[in-house]
Amino acid sequence: MTEIGLGHYLTLGAIIFSIGIIGIFLNRKNIIVILMSIELILLAVNINLVSFSIFLGDLTGQVFTLFILTVAAAEAAIGLAIIVVYYRNSGTIRVEHIDELKG
Amino acid sequence: MIAHSIFFYTFSIIAIVSAIMVTASKNTVHSVFFLILDFISISCLFIMIGAEFLGMIMLIVYVGAVAVLFLFVVMMLNVAQQKNQWFSSEASSKHIPVGLIISTLIFVELIIVVGGWKYKPDLFDINNSLGLAKVSNTHSLGQVLYTDYIHVFQISGMILLVAMIGAIVLTFRKRVGVKTQSYIKQISRERSDGVSVLNVESNKGVKIDD
Repeated sequence: MTEIGLGHYLTLGAIIFSIGIIGIFLNRKNIIVILMSIELILLAVNINLVSFSIFLGDLTGQVFTLFILTVAAAEAAIGLAIIVVYYRNSGTIRVEHIDELKG
Repeated sequence: MIAHSIFFYTFSIIAIVSAIMVTASKNTVHSVFFLILDFISISCLFIMIGAEFLGMIMLIVYVGAVAVLFLFVVMMLNVAQQKNQWFSSEASSKHIPVGLIISTLIFVELIIVVGGWKYKPDLFDINNSLGLAKVSNTHSLGQVLYTDYIHVFQISGMILLVAMIGAIVLTFRKRVGVKTQSYIKQISRERSDGVSVLNVESNKGVKIDD
């Protein structure tokens, strides 16, 4: 078993990032799972930043991981508030039914 | 070092499997629980690698706040029982190859970048001053965060404030037909609104609201 290095952590981040992308594209159920996939993508970015920060000995990556945490929390709060308002108005949050803009 | 490998593979396999289950689970509540499991395993990885403060903050912020918020919204909106229709409806089936191709391409590109990365041979030796210093991870992070990055830190606080105000404004609903206390009406009420002095003649009485 080889020594766990930077490449292992970056590969883990890449896998979780790809799973998040798949979740955004393939999900047809409701839009909350899409928000959770965005959280997964931000988690993968955090893994990359923290592993670079640890293995290169620079604390800047961890500082920016803190800021990404802040932005992710704000984004989750705003997104869930928008979903609640939309559900109150239309009664559904199924992805294929949200087509009022006809985009 | 063998223990390090075992822990890394254990936590990363748990993280990957739970990430897959987040996107593939039929029940949205189960998706939220797998998201919590994912965050917990990744924060265990962070603590293992040496970023203890971030691991704990991940636990507090994500598991304690964000995931519970997701769970709250999922249960409040009553969408947990909607069936997952990935492969049944034909309108959604054309998204599947596009999503798979794009995510596979991104994954291959990232793996190429990771695999083809060439480090300077002395990079790890010169810069690795974190372990030499006799301060903890939290201490050194605070020394950087409150000096060099103080403006960014305050701006992130502003982001949180704006997000809080935005969430309140979005979900605030003015109810009609509910008796509430109106301070302005109470304070601006004057003596002449409630009390009127009448000159009562004897043996006649007073007729109110004529």
